[in-house]
Amino acid sequence: MEEKKMKIRGFLARFFRNHELRDDDDIFALGFVNSLLALQLVNFLQKEFAITIEDEDLDFENFRTLNNMGALLERKAANVAALA
Amino acid sequence: MLGTKTMESAGLRLDLSETQRESRQRFRGFVREHIVPFAAQWDRDQKVPFEIVEQLRAQGYLGAPHPRHPRGPMDPVTYGLLTEEIARGCSSVRSLLTVHDMVALGIWRWGNRELKEEFGDATARAELLCALALSEPETGSDAAAVTTEALIDGDEYVLTGRKKWITFGQIADLFLVLARCQGQPAAFVIPATAPGFSRAPMTGIVGTRASLLAELKFEQCRIPKRYLVGRVGFGFSHVVSSVLDLGRYSVAWGSVGIAQACLDACQEYTAERKQFGVKIREHQLVQRRLTEMIVNTRAARLLCYRAGYLREIEEPGAAAETMLAKYFASRVAVEAANDAVQLHGANGLTEEYNVARYLRDAKVMEVIEGSTEIQQITIPRLGFSEL
Repeated sequence: MEEKKMKIRGFLARFFRNHELRDDDDIFALGFVNSLLALQLVNFLQKEFAITIEDEDLDFENFRTLNNMGALLERKAANVAALA
Repeated sequence: MLGTKTMESAGLRLDLSETQRESRQRFRGFVREHIVPFAAQWDRDQKVPFEIVEQLRAQGYLGAPHPRHPRGPMDPVTYGLLTEEIARGCSSVRSLLTVHDMVALGIWRWGNRELKEEFGDATARAELLCALALSEPETGSDAAAVTTEALIDGDEYVLTGRKKWITFGQIADLFLVLARCQGQPAAFVIPATAPGFSRAPMTGIVGTRASLLAELKFEQCRIPKRYLVGRVGFGFSHVVSSVLDLGRYSVAWGSVGIAQACLDACQEYTAERKQFGVKIREHQLVQRRLTEMIVNTRAARLLCYRAGYLREIEEPGAAAETMLAKYFASRVAVEAANDAVQLHGANGLTEEYNVARYLRDAKVMEVIEGSTEIQQITIPRLGFSEL
């Protein structure tokens, strides 16, 4: 989980200049997220963690904080494991 | 000098495969035979004939990048080459590819399972033509502020509103419509057969005149709930955003196609036309314009190649690089077309030559899929990786 969050933090650092993103920071409230970043974030999560963000994953809570994104990744990994 | 492996890890690949080169030759042959001889007339008629849609479909060019396409999805670079070649012949035909493909893929990307089953194969094969219904009479660049409203009524959504400037709206079978639902952006699939849907042709457009623009009306237009794409609240940030990302990629390559067409026309014209006793290409000021055209067109194409390669390897930054390519290439197209008209002199102002059409079409590229000005305020905020 920590490693995943670190990777996401590293990706977002390209956009969140001069802001050290904490695990519980609300990335939408910080005002850095536009539609293109939202799209790139989805693409990053998919490629980096070999998952597919589906339409049912589209919930702002899933992407609001590093902790929430980490939890989403854990849930998706658990789903994949359960199906295997 | 960078080795190939190192260059690719930096997101650079500067050569085409043999298959891609062969594909480009095939695209070029198709355009030369089926599009170039007719494009000027289609522009005057303000419509492309349905036969060209059928020809594109028969060649597998419509829906080509769709995962369910019968010939397998075309890779992004080859798709770019296809788009460039078609735009060299006719930007209106190029715009058909743009709108159909971006919407078909958007439905596939964000649609629920039922939507994919219902429309996936038919849109991949272009048996159903798609169009994007985003702009409204009072809403352009501020797309998230659309006023078309979707209300929930039992198992249906009921849409009310108007859309304007809808490319190929006159003949599309399916529309991806951005509306507001419960105060939030939401995207819906609306078939042209839905009750309460109507459309009217728009004519008198300056550029891409043959692209069958329409104004759409939704009057208590009812659709089943499964026609929601993505979820309420994500219609713009994810659904339309990903659709426009492919649109920008297509428009970037299409702009390169216009610039190349301008260059081709100017090379030919300046080698024949004589003034002051010599072919006009002998004049240094003409050479200067040709040089600018050659260099800028190649630079725009390289940005497109880079965006294409990043899309191929699914690099997250591909969307940002695509925006750079679209921004630069659309401006290059306008500049090249402007110079092309100038080099053709009075002839360039007539319908006898294609360059006036290229100029009108090029200007459209700076407006659609994010205007130059919107991109100028967006690009500085994007995070770019090092080259």
